[in-house]
Amino acid sequence: MSTAPGVEICTLIIENRECGGRSDQTILDVAEEYGIFIPTLCRLPGLSSIGACRMCLVEVKGSNKLLPACVTKVQEGMEVTVNSERLEAYRRTTLELLFSERNHICSVCVTNGHCDLQSLAQKLGVNHITMPYLHPHVEVDASHPRFIADHNRCILCTRCIRVCAEIEGAHTWDLMGRGTKARVITDLNRPWGESESCTGCGKCVQVCPTGALSEKGQAAGEMMKRRQFLPYLSMMREVGK
Amino acid sequence: MSTITIDPITRIEGHSKVTIQLDEQGEVIGARFHVTQVRGFEKLCQGRPFTEMPALMARICGICPTSHLLASSKACDDIMAVRIPETAEKLRRIMNLAQIVQSHALSFFYLSAPDFLLGMDADPEERNIMGVVRKFPKMAQDGIKLRQFGQRILETLGGKRVHPGWIVPGGVSHPLQADQRDAILAATPEAIRITREALQWFKGQIENFRAEVRSFANFPSMFLAMANDANEFSAYNGWLRFIDANLNIVADHITGTDYMNYIGESCNDDSYLKSTYYKPLGLKDGVYRVGPLARLNMCKSAGTPLANEELAEFRELERHSVLSSFYYHYARLIEILFSIERMQQLLNDPEILSQNVRAHASPNNYEGVGILEAPRGTLIHHYRIDRNGLIESANLVIATGHNNEAINHGVFQVARQFVKSKKLEQGALNRVEAVIRAFDPCLSCSTHAAGMMPLDIQLIAADGEMVDRVRR
Repeated sequence: MSTAPGVEICTLIIENRECGGRSDQTILDVAEEYGIFIPTLCRLPGLSSIGACRMCLVEVKGSNKLLPACVTKVQEGMEVTVNSERLEAYRRTTLELLFSERNHICSVCVTNGHCDLQSLAQKLGVNHITMPYLHPHVEVDASHPRFIADHNRCILCTRCIRVCAEIEGAHTWDLMGRGTKARVITDLNRPWGESESCTGCGKCVQVCPTGALSEKGQAAGEMMKRRQFLPYLSMMREVGK
Repeated sequence: MSTITIDPITRIEGHSKVTIQLDEQGEVIGARFHVTQVRGFEKLCQGRPFTEMPALMARICGICPTSHLLASSKACDDIMAVRIPETAEKLRRIMNLAQIVQSHALSFFYLSAPDFLLGMDADPEERNIMGVVRKFPKMAQDGIKLRQFGQRILETLGGKRVHPGWIVPGGVSHPLQADQRDAILAATPEAIRITREALQWFKGQIENFRAEVRSFANFPSMFLAMANDANEFSAYNGWLRFIDANLNIVADHITGTDYMNYIGESCNDDSYLKSTYYKPLGLKDGVYRVGPLARLNMCKSAGTPLANEELAEFRELERHSVLSSFYYHYARLIEILFSIERMQQLLNDPEILSQNVRAHASPNNYEGVGILEAPRGTLIHHYRIDRNGLIESANLVIATGHNNEAINHGVFQVARQFVKSKKLEQGALNRVEAVIRAFDPCLSCSTHAAGMMPLDIQLIAADGEMVDRVRR
């Protein structure tokens, strides 16, 4: 294993397994190399990781805080727990909060059956929402000729912001507001169809984990996200650096 | 007349209620059918993309989601201004016919057969589908098989039985496969056998129900249904036509938004169900009926051999137009027969396997109307969109609304004939239920557990006092 200057090889324990990794790798990177499943939602290989969704929280011995595996670098001698009652409860609660915060109506959603949020909920056994729904009134922005932004389905993962800034280089998308009022916006909160920076490439639509961003003209369950472009474009970006 | 309190339980559960008014001598002077549920689909769809409408509107009902799916998709086709591929249209028609078969089978065998088989005066404990299973197992089995036949087609084509997909704006989402076609065709002979036997049996029973034939909303009214150039039975293609009780055409070639010139909608103080009426004559005189009876009165021929024979016999019932709503049941069986035969014809067309099943377009009209004959009658979906394709307003005119005034008429007729004292007898109660059930109203969709149709019947004396009440 060759390493860059300043990067060390570490050995650590993840889920009672001895693992080896480089000190510039995250817990998630190493776990995946060893076939250990850690749930993720906001993270998408090829984009930077930001630890926004808190699905990949893990326990690290010696730390009383839960740490997001996608942005926590490995260290020599680390002992990481991926599955525990406490972690499962946190993950399920986080998912329930995402579902209850906006209006996720799977049965009529364009990504029904192809949705990262829906499939993760199924995988983690979230089949009921135990907290009250907020049912906020959220607008749909259909001003773009080819795409729709339905903020009812947005979970603020910021994949759209990252792909637009990091891969397309347009930085049309950004985040506005705080808490439950936070919204992803185009340009300076102008309707998407009036955005001057948007190139209409559609990468944001393809990386969006839910039905928040979709192509126009799709009926319920018809929006399949195609992300094959991302590893290649991401690699080309690294080569160009 | 004093105010009649609507029970909050019925309001929440979406139950129906009947009130019967008596004069000083205890004679029935009025009767009303109240629906106490509000749904709000016309409101909650506002601001949503029009392409979401078929899936959303299908959620109105668990029995007839396919009808809403089809009417909604037709309205979306109109917004997109596309002519959908011929094969897509045929596939949609098959879906609609399968829906008619399963819904009619449910109405006839599960909900109404207990009345015919066990008697109107039978103990309600026994007068349900389980009673039928115990006493007439073959009939029950046949009914279940026939409904299963329809439901399996919906599942084969639409992916699932309740709230299927597949029907989308512009056509259907993917073509039919040869093995799917063969599986449906292979099941048709058994379905035809069951329907013909049920028809033979029902025709033999009519004599025993003379009082019901006389009093079940038996009155001259107009009829509304879909019509076409060939004057054949039509459930998907065509225009709307009003005929009078003597089968004379009153209004014809009603398409698109024209319906608003002919169909008036009136809100009721005592029911969440609107009453629709033939606009030129007003609410009082513009009563019309929709559904199987209207459709069979409308068409000159069914268009398939076995159904044509049955239709000719049906016409002989009253020598001309058939006016008793008791015959809705009879008409339903003929429509099942027609639907199976027509599906055979459509599936035997080699073009049915064509790969060209969908038209794509952006919205080209700001307004679209989809009209369809649903099992219970004419269904209209009317949408307006903004320039981005989001719904601004929606109007849904649903079969039970068309029939509302006729149901009221029927409830009054039955009450006058069968309510003979200040006490509600079981027989009278059952018949009030049965006349409503003859129309197979859509509220039964939400409460279709057999024999459990939640009814609240109140007998109101001249001074406004409630003298008797039966709730189930």
